Amino acid sequence: MDSNDEKLGESNAARCDVIKARFQTSYQPRANDHFELNVDIDIPGQGVTAIFGESGSGKTTLLRCIAGLESNVTGRLRVNGELWQDHKICLATHKRSLGYVFQEAYLFEHLTAFGNLQYAIKRSVQPANSDFLEQVINVMGIECNLSQLPEQLSGGERQRVAIARALLTRPKLLLMDEPLASLDTPRKLEILPYLERMRSSFNIPIVYVSHAVDEIVRLADHVVIMQSGKNIAQGDIAQLFSRIDLPLGIGNEVGAILECNIVARDMKWHLMRVAFDGGNLWLPIVDNSDNSTLRVRVLANDVSLTLTPHSDSSILNVLSGQIVEVVNDQAPAMALVRLKVGESYLLARITQKSLQSLSLIKGKSVYIQIKSAAIVR
Amino acid sequence: MNLSESDIATIWLTLKLATTVTVLLLIVATPIAWWLAKTRSWLKAPISALVSLPLVLPPTVLGFYLLLAMGPNSAIGKLTQSLGLGTLPFTFWGLVVASMVYSMPFVVQPIQNAIEAIGNRPLEAAATLGAGPVDRFFTVALPLAKPGFMTAWVLGFAHTVGEFGIVLMIGGSIPNETRVVSVQIYDHVESLQYAQAHALSGAMLVFSFVVLLVLYTYQHKRKAIGMTYGQ
Repeated sequence: MDSNDEKLGESNAARCDVIKARFQTSYQPRANDHFELNVDIDIPGQGVTAIFGESGSGKTTLLRCIAGLESNVTGRLRVNGELWQDHKICLATHKRSLGYVFQEAYLFEHLTAFGNLQYAIKRSVQPANSDFLEQVINVMGIECNLSQLPEQLSGGERQRVAIARALLTRPKLLLMDEPLASLDTPRKLEILPYLERMRSSFNIPIVYVSHAVDEIVRLADHVVIMQSGKNIAQGDIAQLFSRIDLPLGIGNEVGAILECNIVARDMKWHLMRVAFDGGNLWLPIVDNSDNSTLRVRVLANDVSLTLTPHSDSSILNVLSGQIVEVVNDQAPAMALVRLKVGESYLLARITQKSLQSLSLIKGKSVYIQIKSAAIVR
Repeated sequence: MNLSESDIATIWLTLKLATTVTVLLLIVATPIAWWLAKTRSWLKAPISALVSLPLVLPPTVLGFYLLLAMGPNSAIGKLTQSLGLGTLPFTFWGLVVASMVYSMPFVVQPIQNAIEAIGNRPLEAAATLGAGPVDRFFTVALPLAKPGFMTAWVLGFAHTVGEFGIVLMIGGSIPNETRVVSVQIYDHVESLQYAQAHALSGAMLVFSFVVLLVLYTYQHKRKAIGMTYGQ
């Protein structure tokens, strides 16, 4: 283990900075259909960066450009100080120190699960030692599957083996292309905890492509939003999810993210008080709240606004804040209101009728009632 | 079964020819099949058609052109002569070349189908795991396409054993050089030696049936890729 940690430490020191990617490419997916990718992004050289966008927005193409799997791409790619592509050079995929998890697992059907892992280890520049191998197998929970052939594995197991295989190349960058998209909801929920463990166990920068908001709020630290082949916004996840000018989820999915610390536990009522940059919330104590930092998602649908504080309400969490922006929702009856609370932002989805009867306009101070908040991580 | 010494010799010659042709064909056909499976070039259709010609042409037509192509006044003939090899028609190696052309589609198509069935993704996955192109071919494409190669081997071998017209055109009937089983049977029948024709024909019939039986049993078991006969 020690030697492992040292190695991880070393590569940490080397991976000073950022991943800079600039790509242009175009192709014809179908006759009379032209797709053009034009991306220029700087993403942090650590943590999880989600590439978010609807299907056809170029997320997967961008990931394939980073991996060197697309041909006819011009651009420039620098990964934590290492040049992978510019106008003169373009490293072949197998020369790039990356791991790639495809939407389907694409395990080698002629090899056992363990054979698949060995395939990666043998070709790694710094082959994984047995400690690291054991750690990866543990974290992905595939101890029992090692001797099985891919066709004997369930969809979830296949994907976990594929992720382990990618990790065992000891990549400087892990690319994941909607790894849960081909799975049904129970399988998704089965794998998400493994992804979370992977994120916290291995210090590898991850670029995670997804169109599922629930995956992104659980996993990502940083988000890039793609639309029609272009990156239209990027930034810290809490910052981006509090904006209402972006296509980040629709209707019931719209919600702000707060990064919180647990400050107190009230065992009598089974509640805990968490603090964020701007206030406090009372939340039910959850079993896995050992770590003191939490990510809380407050859906815009669960937020209502009042002009005076109500002491006779069942709602526990009432904050005071200021309206900074109001826009029409996609549903004609609804409006989205962006609120500033201290240094943080919340979103509220209310009816146009209430908006007018309470004359809620930009700059107005309001009381914010939060009916429920979900601890997503 | 009373096989004469010359019958035994033709059987050995046939097996030698079929083995030589199959081994050489697998080497030559694999890159062609790979290219046909991967290319988006406009040349794909003409090359496919060219490779498949022996499926539809009478062996005599093919044999006739090959005879001209390898004859003493042709470019190939001049080359082989200048290399001190003489001319190829009516020799074992002339028969090998002709058989390779004739059996080509039976070897190319199963391999091409298998490679197309694998698709690009397993190869891309291998590339992301650090495998270079040659490494990918031998450790991913070849094992996954194995059923296709097996089919190609069996069909190429069996088809070469079974050919007649092109052998007659290019090889004639020279003992221990070009007289294969099918030609020997023809000679037996022509000279009204029906008993000997029976023995050899029976052997061919059993051989062909067993080969196809093994092939289809294997196909059925593996439900494998790229196993269609001809197409």
